[in-house]
Amino acid sequence: MNVWDTVFPYLLSGISVGGQYALIAIGYTMVYGILRLINFAHGDVFMVAGIVMVYIASSGLPIWVCIPLVLLITVFVGFLIERVAYKPLRSAPRMSVMISAIGVSYALQNLVLYVTGGLNKQYPTIPWISDTVVIGPAKTKLVTVITPILVIALVVALVLLINKTKIGMAMRAVSKDFETSQLMGIKINNVISATFIIGSFLAGVGSILYFTNYPTVIQTSGAMPGLKAFVAAVFGGIGSIPGAVIGAFIIGIMENIIKGLDVILFKAGIISGPMGLATFSDAFTFALLIVILIVKPTGLFGEKVTDKV
Amino acid sequence: MSSLLKVTDLVVSYGGIEALKGISFDVGQGQIVTLIGANGAGKSTTLRTIAGLVPHKDGRINYEGRDITDLNTQKIVENGIALVPEGRRVFANLTVLENLRIGAYLRKDKDLIEEDIQYVYELFPRLKERSWQLAGTLSGGEQQMLAVGRAVMTRPKLIMMDEPSLGLAPLVVRDIFSIIRTLKGTGMTVLLIEQNANAALHACDYAYVMETGKITLSGTGEELLASEAIQEAYLGKTGR
Repeated sequence: MNVWDTVFPYLLSGISVGGQYALIAIGYTMVYGILRLINFAHGDVFMVAGIVMVYIASSGLPIWVCIPLVLLITVFVGFLIERVAYKPLRSAPRMSVMISAIGVSYALQNLVLYVTGGLNKQYPTIPWISDTVVIGPAKTKLVTVITPILVIALVVALVLLINKTKIGMAMRAVSKDFETSQLMGIKINNVISATFIIGSFLAGVGSILYFTNYPTVIQTSGAMPGLKAFVAAVFGGIGSIPGAVIGAFIIGIMENIIKGLDVILFKAGIISGPMGLATFSDAFTFALLIVILIVKPTGLFGEKVTDKV
Repeated sequence: MSSLLKVTDLVVSYGGIEALKGISFDVGQGQIVTLIGANGAGKSTTLRTIAGLVPHKDGRINYEGRDITDLNTQKIVENGIALVPEGRRVFANLTVLENLRIGAYLRKDKDLIEEDIQYVYELFPRLKERSWQLAGTLSGGEQQMLAVGRAVMTRPKLIMMDEPSLGLAPLVVRDIFSIIRTLKGTGMTVLLIEQNANAALHACDYAYVMETGKITLSGTGEELLASEAIQEAYLGKTGR
């Protein structure tokens, strides 16, 4: 009763944050599935989406114009990164592409630093989803409730796209075998672009939901959520979309429960005063990663690692 | 017999080593033509270069009287050349039916695609039974059938096969060769690479023998089967 009332708000915000991580994690896992590349710039694309929203909203455009515009620009950024930084390295060793990804990550951060002057930029208040709602013992923003619903809807749409459409079939084929896909007449580069477009779109949606919960955006805002989402993707088995989503929810929930651990344990009568356990919420994510890599290196839903020739 | 494919002085090199040292050959319209030769002779490289997967250094490839040397793989496939790659390379994570559908990726004629799927299922009834199975769960022989079926789905005029009998049981090999003849019967032209020289020479209309990047001999299947040099090198000294 009492303990549940204390746990519930943390659980709720855990599910919400988990959903936001999931939207980023899908981008990591899809790109890995096709290119066997950890796209280190992905978290920064997420951050850029936040910054773009700041500037577009300050222009006074109505929000229903801002949101599609932000998504469009984010998608374009993702597409452009692939064409400029990864496509020319298609036949280069994987390590080179990875270094290119790290380069893009810093290039984006520096670009935003240049534009914003390194100042925290106030994220605009998105109407409706910023409204306060009361659910049982928890008082929260509407975005907390909307996030998991939206995430599930988007994931279902994505899974249908991948399993039921022609481009989805091409994606699955390309992820297995570039050369044979070419022999079927599939344009590899278009399929790879489509993957980046989908990943950036979801990161853009994720950024709107995520930053609504935070007052400001700065050039490093993408680092932590990006890293967490990456861990979620590895946890779920990199390359697997359901794995990334489930991994993200688990990480989001655990992290938030730990944030509330002091209060929860106190209410439950286990500890008598605050112990500052919340400090460990980030460390937990990475401890989890280490344990997973030891116990099940391929993650929850990962395939056996087969190196592409 | 007019030639569908004409390769002239084709040179291909990998990292400074010449894999093809200027080979020329013709594939006649509606024929089964085979390239035989030892491992490393450059047979696979030849097919992969025609398909646009390997860059060439010199020489021309003409197809239907047009120069296709510099086209990319997608354009080459569009023009009606299909390659059944060595080791089958079916998409293990796709179902049998999806593997056939992806063969028809460039085609827009929906009704004909459905007809062709039924046609492939007639050629290979085993595939029909396994339509919903993931291709990775098929046996080697079934995968080879699927790889051929997938190529047929592109509606090729020229179907190139890279070692279709490799690693298959003798009964399955017989099936594959009978399918090759069936395909020829429908008007398709076949360019076949085989380590099973005996079977290939019996099936083909014309054959070329490759040795370390060069074509050293050519002739009809019967001529080569009768040649002592061929018997010694590829068919075992006693012949069959």
